[in-house]
This record gives sequence, C-alpha cells and structure tokens, in this order.
Amino acid sequence: MPKKQFGTVAVDVDEEGFLTDFAQWTREVAAAIAKEEGIAALTPAHWKVIEFMQKEFKENGQVPSIRKLNKSGVVSTKELYDLFPGGPAKKAAKIAGMKKPEGCV
Amino acid sequence: MKRIVILGAGTGGTVMANLLRQRLDPAFWAITVVDRDTNHYYQPGFLFIPFGMYTPKQIVKDRGKLLSKQVEFVVAEIEGVDAAKSEVRVAGGEALPYDILVVATGTDIVPSETPGLLDGWRDTIFDFYTKDGSAALARKLETFKGGTLAIHIVEMPIKCPVAPLEFTFLSDSYFTRRKLRDAVDIVYVTPLPGAFTKPVAAAALGALLEERKIRVVPDFGTERVDAAARKVIGYDGREVPYDLLVTIPTNMGAKVIESSGLGDELRFIPTDTKTLRSKAHENIFVIGDATNLPSSKAGSVVHFQAEILAENVQRAIEGKPLEEKFDGHANCFVETGRGKAILIDFNYEVEPLPGRFPFPVIGPMSLLKPSRINHWGKLAFRWIYWNMMLKGRPIPFVPNQMSMAGKRRPAGAQQTKPAR
Repeated sequence: MPKKQFGTVAVDVDEEGFLTDFAQWTREVAAAIAKEEGIAALTPAHWKVIEFMQKEFKENGQVPSIRKLNKSGVVSTKELYDLFPGGPAKKAAKIAGMKKPEGCV
Repeated sequence: MKRIVILGAGTGGTVMANLLRQRLDPAFWAITVVDRDTNHYYQPGFLFIPFGMYTPKQIVKDRGKLLSKQVEFVVAEIEGVDAAKSEVRVAGGEALPYDILVVATGTDIVPSETPGLLDGWRDTIFDFYTKDGSAALARKLETFKGGTLAIHIVEMPIKCPVAPLEFTFLSDSYFTRRKLRDAVDIVYVTPLPGAFTKPVAAAALGALLEERKIRVVPDFGTERVDAAARKVIGYDGREVPYDLLVTIPTNMGAKVIESSGLGDELRFIPTDTKTLRSKAHENIFVIGDATNLPSSKAGSVVHFQAEILAENVQRAIEGKPLEEKFDGHANCFVETGRGKAILIDFNYEVEPLPGRFPFPVIGPMSLLKPSRINHWGKLAFRWIYWNMMLKGRPIPFVPNQMSMAGKRRPAGAQQTKPAR
C-alpha cells in the first residue's frame, strides 16, 4: 500500500491519494492535501464542511452527498463549488480523509 | 391474531410476503400487503424496451397473482405510517394496525428536482426507468437520425447504478445496427469521477468506452437543464449540449416515507446495514431500494436480503437477537452491447473482481469480462425472476452472502479498509 508523507505524518493512501484509513487523518494532513488540490488555506467555511462530513461519516459510515450538505444548511451547493473548485464531492472527501465517491463498478 | 403489514408489492414486498407466509403459522399471523396499483413490472426489462428488444407487455404481471393465496392484498394509496401507534393509514379504508411493519416502497425518479428537466420532458428529454418513459424513448429512438445523445445521471444514488452504462453500450450497438453510428455522438455524463470508479473494474473495462467512441464527462454536478437551448448546465459552469437527453433523474423514496417522518433527505429509511431493521423503530424492517444502505439498489440485492430479513423478522417475533448477516452482496449482469454482457459479484467490502462464477474454473459465467453466455444469463433471468425469485426460492449455487470462490484479485489491487 502506498504511503504519503505530510510534514511529520505518514499516511496510507490509494493511487489517487485518498486516505485508506480514516483513523490516520489529522488537521495537518487535511491542510497539506488541500494545498495539493489547489486550496491555499482552509478557511472556517471549509472546516465547517469538513467537520460536518466527518460527523456524518462516523455516524453512518457513509460520505454525505452534496444534497445532504445542502439540505443540512451547512453550505449551499453553489458555495460548495466555490469552496472546493472542480469537483467538490471528490475534493472535500479527500481533504476530510474519506474515500472518493464511487459507483458499484 | 397478530399482523405483519408490508408496504409495497414490488420485488421486495412480494418476496417478503411469500417468505414470511412460509415461515409463520396463518392461524396466528396475518400478512397484509398494500400497494397503490396491481401492475408488477419486471424492472430490468425497462432497459431493453427503448431498443425494441422487449415489449411492455412482456414485463408485466398482476401483483396479486404473484403473492401467496394466504396473504391479504390491499390495493390503496398508503396515506401514512404512525410508528408511535404501530398503524398504517390507507386511502378509503380503516387503519391497519401492525405488530411488525416491513417497508418495501422502493425508489422512483423525481425529475422535478432538477430545474428545467421537465421543460423538454418526452420531447428531447427521456427516461427509461418507467414503463411510459421506456416506451416513449423506443418511439423517439426509431426516428432519431443523428446528433448528440447524452446519457446523464443527475446525482447518486440511483436504482440499478449500472443501467446507464448498459444503456450507453446498447445505444452504440443499436445505432451501429441501423448504420447510423457515425452520425451519433454518444456522451456519458456522470457526477462520479468516471464511468468506472472501482480500480479493478476500471482497469478491466475502461477500454470499452474508448473502443466504442463514447465520450465521458466526469465529476459533473447538474445545476439545471436549458431545454430550449438543449444543454445541461453544471454548477461549475460546464455545459453539455445534446440533441437527445436520456437522463436518470434524482432517485427518491416514496413520499409517504417523508410525510411519516421515517426518511432521510432522499426519503430513504435509515436502516441497520447488517440486520435490516430500521434504526429508529424496533418493529419496523426495511428491504431493498427503500433503505439508505450503501449497497446497490438492485433486484439481486433484494433477493439476498430477503432470506436474511425473513429470519430476522422471525427472530424479532420470538424475542431472539437479530442476525447481523447482510454483507451488501449484489450480483448483476451488465450488458456491454454486441450480444455480450459482463457479470459482477460484490459486497460492501469487496469490489467487483475478475474470475469465474458460480464455480471456480468452470464458471460458466465469467466475472468482469464480456461474454455471450453472460448475455444469455441476463435474458434468462426474467424467467428466474417470475418463477423462482419472487416465490422466495433460493437460486441454485448463488449464496446470499458473497463468496470469494472463483474470484481473483489482480496483483497490486488493494482493499480499502471498511468505514467501520
């Protein structure tokens, strides 16, 4: 399994750089992944999204959908696209240490 | 007399009624099934109707005739579930009190969730997830002479998540057969990172798309549709022009789930992933598309859940602990066009892998690889559905829990740690 070094932390990742073990996630790792994804700094608005996603993930074992984020009042879909340009579902999940959105094949 | 009420007489409701009837003594337990109408559709058949491979008449039977004679079938609109009182309200009838409720109300397409989608509905915009939609699309395809055909998924999850891919491959074959393929640009628009997102499947099958000259537009979050200008517009500003849009609109559970306060943001019911009991109510169980489970919304999944759920309903009645047995198993034939199909067999944790099924080496089905025998298997499944699956009979050699027998994990393919 590939490893990736972020500052002082080494984490297990898949070929596309998604964490394969959520337990290894830290805020430092999140900031480093965000930089790689072209988000220079994580603002409180980003953190609100990340924290909501992680809460849902821990409670349900599922990465929440864009619809759920929108409906929960955390962030509108338009804002989400502004915060995580070019595929927010994928980018936010990656930064939050969760698996990428996927289908069955 | 105690009573089990089952909401919905589709795949899940029918098989649960028949399985529970076999298990529970009719002298002590009444089983009542409620559905709003009497037409039971073989839903995998909707895929074939647009291409003239099936007619609508071939895929419908009377719901009542598929249920055991010792099951009461009520045809009425379900008006509400009062979980606190353990009671179902139906239109024009007395309330139905229940000891155990099994919810099998499925999922449906909701095009009104996407602004503009209904503007061109059944003019240049079609679905194939309904009887009327697939029949209308068959007529449209007959007169389609060329242009951009966009196959489009609004958002996940959807029922039968491979169906849009199958439709794409069958379209390629259909227009090739009609000698129009060069005039038709086929584009696949998905909110996911690709048409194939699982690494092993992507490596095995990704080349099919290129070979068939199918363009993929990934990571596409649909904001709205401009039907007059014939384009789909994404939240990120990207636009996909089309001449014919075959869309899979947002999938949601039944309205009554929402109005009864049982559902999540898509009206799906939070359900225990392994026992299939509702998370909120001890005497409510859920099967199939109506659940919020991360398993696929597919008939095979219902079949694998059914036996486990029947056992758990019986255990709940007898006051025994429930079995945590459902593993997310799905088994699906996926049409790849040109008279072939692949077979995929997977669960919550194991992605579709190559190999042979159900027997190692001899198969006869091949996993994750197009073959004619897989296509014949898909066509044969209609008979199995009506005659075995709905009656709750086991399908020979296909266990409810996924088996690794015959499967190969390619070198370098890794297994992601489960969420919990």
